[in-house]
Amino acid sequence: MSTEAEQLESLAQQEYKYGFVTDIEADALPPGLNEDVIRIISQKKKEPAFMLEWRLKAYRRWLKMEEPKWPKVEYPEINFQDIIYYSAPKNTPKYNSLDEVDPQLLETYNKLGIPLEEQKMLAGVAVDAVFDSVSVATTFKEKLSEMGVIFCPISEALQEYPDLVKKYLGSVVPATDNFYAALNSAVFSDGSFVYVPKGVRCPMELSTYFRINAQNTGQFERTLIVADEGSYVSYLEGCTAPQRDENQLHAAVVELVALKGAEIKYSTVQNWYPGDDEGKGGIYNFVTKRGIAHENAKISWTQVETGSAITWKYPSVILKGDNSIGEFYSVAMTNKFQQADTGTKMIHIGKNTRSNIVSKGISAGRSNNSYRGLVKVMKSAENARNFSQCDSLLIGDKCGAHTFPYIEVNNTTGRVEHEATTSKIGEDQIFYCNQRGLDTEQAVSLIVNGYCKEVFRELPMEFAVEAQKLLSISLEGSVG
Amino acid sequence: MLQIKDLHASIEGKEILKGIDLEVKKGEVHAIMGPNGSGKSTLANILAGREEYEVTSGSINYLGEDLLELDPEERAHKGIFLAFQYPVEIPGVSNVYFLRTALNEVRKSQGLEELDAAQFLKLVRRKIDLVELDKSLLNRAVNEGFSGGEKKRNEIFQMAVLEPKLAILDETDSGLDIDALRIVANGVNSLKSKDNATIVVTHYQRLLDYIVPDVVHVLFKGKIVKSGGKELALELESKGYDWLK
Repeated sequence: MSTEAEQLESLAQQEYKYGFVTDIEADALPPGLNEDVIRIISQKKKEPAFMLEWRLKAYRRWLKMEEPKWPKVEYPEINFQDIIYYSAPKNTPKYNSLDEVDPQLLETYNKLGIPLEEQKMLAGVAVDAVFDSVSVATTFKEKLSEMGVIFCPISEALQEYPDLVKKYLGSVVPATDNFYAALNSAVFSDGSFVYVPKGVRCPMELSTYFRINAQNTGQFERTLIVADEGSYVSYLEGCTAPQRDENQLHAAVVELVALKGAEIKYSTVQNWYPGDDEGKGGIYNFVTKRGIAHENAKISWTQVETGSAITWKYPSVILKGDNSIGEFYSVAMTNKFQQADTGTKMIHIGKNTRSNIVSKGISAGRSNNSYRGLVKVMKSAENARNFSQCDSLLIGDKCGAHTFPYIEVNNTTGRVEHEATTSKIGEDQIFYCNQRGLDTEQAVSLIVNGYCKEVFRELPMEFAVEAQKLLSISLEGSVG
Repeated sequence: MLQIKDLHASIEGKEILKGIDLEVKKGEVHAIMGPNGSGKSTLANILAGREEYEVTSGSINYLGEDLLELDPEERAHKGIFLAFQYPVEIPGVSNVYFLRTALNEVRKSQGLEELDAAQFLKLVRRKIDLVELDKSLLNRAVNEGFSGGEKKRNEIFQMAVLEPKLAILDETDSGLDIDALRIVANGVNSLKSKDNATIVVTHYQRLLDYIVPDVVHVLFKGKIVKSGGKELALELESKGYDWLK
């Protein structure tokens, strides 16, 4: 590897060295998990009684479950008794002004085009009492409530709208769905709740607000989005800025409910700390994301994954209603020692249901990138249609790309198509770009962004621009 | 403009060029002809800076600088353009975006301001007619799904936009029908000026009916065995290469 590439890699490293380590004032339980811990969590959050029962039930099932071993990822065994399951974070600012923050980190923020005030939030700088983005967020909130849209922390929703939460929580991902979902159900810290009333088109992408509030969501995040009949909502999760967290294990659950004729568009950009050059210390991201689409409803998952040491994630759609549509667009990029096993599940139950899958994997360094997807057409699903396209791109010769498509068709009128390609960034392509005046990093970035175009165009405009920049930054140093 | 002295080069340990001497002055058009495997494309690729070829000895001076010290992109910034024998496809990257990025890189290196999308489009409209390129190809991905002739015309279109000082056409005529050949040649001829130079690498004489060279060189087994005026090309056409052995 050239010295330049080494320098870039060490820069990328530094980006994670500072910034996100906040002092947490103690209001925390000791490590370990038992029923009392769950009782305390529920009590601290002033949850209604049903919630405690729900958590305990999930915990009891979890005790009998085993960690899944089938994903193509390797990591040392996790000791679940070493984890702290409750701490009330009181973040104290680490710096007084941006001048004290590591300039490399700020450069990354600038490359990503993150506004100054948000940079302060992200870097842990004390913010002024009058803070533009916060007041913008307040304005957003007022506008949303005028239209009857509920958008708040799920802990707040449990207190203010307990019936609504009770009706839908666990309706798509049951508390006992899988090992990590069960753990999440037992101990989830917080997350978002969204309800869009009948016929309402949510007037804005639920994003900026989220970004400002993203810091305290913790390691066991729980999100529930309900789009009532004929409504529409676009939700953006995550942040392109590099994020570090004290908690190595992240097990989130996201549930989407699209009632008759509703549409939910859920976009994610994930850039958790991927670990050091030896692959140590990165975040394990074990996520369960699933949506249910009722009659004529549509659910789209779009994700750009560049972070985490290990990603285990299969955003899925249950196409329950007739004529419902499920979509999955994904870019998963792995570098260094990252491992990703990601894909989707499309379960066709209703008649004339359609699903579309576009997955773009990019592997660089010594990373491993797997696509794992299931398309299941049930007996009841007359005229179901699926199209899957899974492409893998390799950069260098020490990485791996794998595709595991599973197809089950139980109705002869179903039509399922699967296309897969694997390619390498060719010396020819790079030289062609070089000869036209682009340096090698620009060339790789251009080629990779071109490769991901089909997914990027599904992202909301602003997010798409950020995602492209993010990909370029993540690629830095991947070509020697 | 370009002085090549006693250039030896090899690929994977096999010597391809065995002592090339060549001088190209501003305003000149040089044709390099020769049978397959004589080293024509190797020479073109070395000028552009392709890494697979190892220069074992000799020197190349370009505009007073040691060319071999420059990275491929630096050579491009300094006005060297290679029209590829096999233009490369870049899926998902639009032709017009690619070319604007390229032009702006060249402009940046020369301390000029970058062109925005509107300014660039104006330039493109002026240049595209030169090579009679279908405008719909501008927004398609670079070379993807282009016919052989479209790819070659796209190369000349890029050349027209980038306005190189030294253009190297590597077998641009191969695979072209006579109409496409004429269009490509017209493009090249209209870009000719007293300040730039062109090296045309070709296997056949027929391109030289349209692009008239000042000097013709015959490359054979890694050496220039004969140089002459444009009549040399005609002689090669009628006699073949055997008489030079």
